[in-house]
Amino acid sequence: MKTHEAKRVEIIIEGPMERRLTRALEGAGVTGYTVLPVRGGSGRSGSWSRAGQVSPTGGMVAVICIIRPERLDGLLEAAFAVVERHIGVVSVTDCEVLRAERF
Amino acid sequence: MNEILSLAAGNLLSPIILSFALGLAAALARSELTIPEAVAKGMSIYLLFAIGFKGGASVAAHGLDASLLLSLGAGVILSFALPLLAFALLRVMTRLSVLDAAAVAGHYGSISIVTFVATTSVLADRGIAAEGYMVAVAAAMEAPAILSALWLVSRGGTGPKIEGDLWREILLNGSIVLLVGAFAIGWATGEHGLAEIAPFIVSPFKGVLCLFLLDMGLVAGRGLRGARKALTGGLLGFGLLMPVLGGLAGLVMALGLGLSTGGAVLMMALAASASYIAVPAAMRVALPEARPSIYLTLSLGVTFPFNLTLGIPLYVALGQLATGG
Repeated sequence: MKTHEAKRVEIIIEGPMERRLTRALEGAGVTGYTVLPVRGGSGRSGSWSRAGQVSPTGGMVAVICIIRPERLDGLLEAAFAVVERHIGVVSVTDCEVLRAERF
Repeated sequence: MNEILSLAAGNLLSPIILSFALGLAAALARSELTIPEAVAKGMSIYLLFAIGFKGGASVAAHGLDASLLLSLGAGVILSFALPLLAFALLRVMTRLSVLDAAAVAGHYGSISIVTFVATTSVLADRGIAAEGYMVAVAAAMEAPAILSALWLVSRGGTGPKIEGDLWREILLNGSIVLLVGAFAIGWATGEHGLAEIAPFIVSPFKGVLCLFLLDMGLVAGRGLRGARKALTGGLLGFGLLMPVLGGLAGLVMALGLGLSTGGAVLMMALAASASYIAVPAAMRVALPEARPSIYLTLSLGVTFPFNLTLGIPLYVALGQLATGG
């Protein structure tokens, strides 16, 4: 089956910033993304867990976008403007998709 | 003094406090006991709805006068002013930067709704009545402290910009919407409405509160374990002193307003408590460089346990003494 090259951008960001990030992505024309809950982890600020938490503070979410390679720079600029001062990780990997017209 | 110690001893052996202690001990001992996030959120929604509804129904039953507006105003003033006191104390007692001190100070002007709920439970056990509208005062005290914290940072000229989204998030915070909304429903439907849903929001209330405090103990214990190094003697001293000073400020306000004994105790508990839901979220957005390990540990790991175990009996005793109740 024929596949097409694409970029998979994964942004792990603090819970309270989720809505700001997705709005920035939409502003940059990225309307397709998936938000995943993150159970816990550890980083420069120490370890954390979502268990028993009632506030978004102290937790992270993962926002995943798959886009055509030529749209990557616009997405990263929009994402960086939100992520810059906050705890988080932005990573880009190559991937392949089946239906290119959807991205 | 003996009365305060006796109240404190009785309070320490209540199911609510022992549930919190169990969670705290389990987390400190690295037990795998956890409450799922969704269950914790569900319990918090239940508690906010129940306490808001019961407050509204109480106002419907006893009528409304100017004291509601005056109490709301007093609560807002306390919420604006307490961060200034906290900030000054932090700058004297600790080596925190302006940014960290302002972020911590913001937490101490806002309120902990679970401390409020636990206090209402203690008052109910002792048969001490309180003004039902104190729930609305609790809601009004959530947000002003955030503005004080941001003002404390912006005095240096490099303060954060408060965007429109942040205003909306502060004023329409989920806890505020639920508390005020449930209060309005309780007020509108009155005692009849309360009687209709009492088997859901009255009878199981204390049991749910115990489980929620078990969860709070687990979260506080995990926080303390992770942030032990950040907790200096000065910070610990602040976390224990500030609630007492806040409680006294609340008592002065309550006496000025002529609140009942129960109302005065609740005002003290509100002024003595520190936020761990609304303010931390706002601080992460507006002051991301401030360290959550400090403000969350102080609020949830030091001040909340203090209020729950020793603070509430102290506020009850002082409230009774001051109002003659």
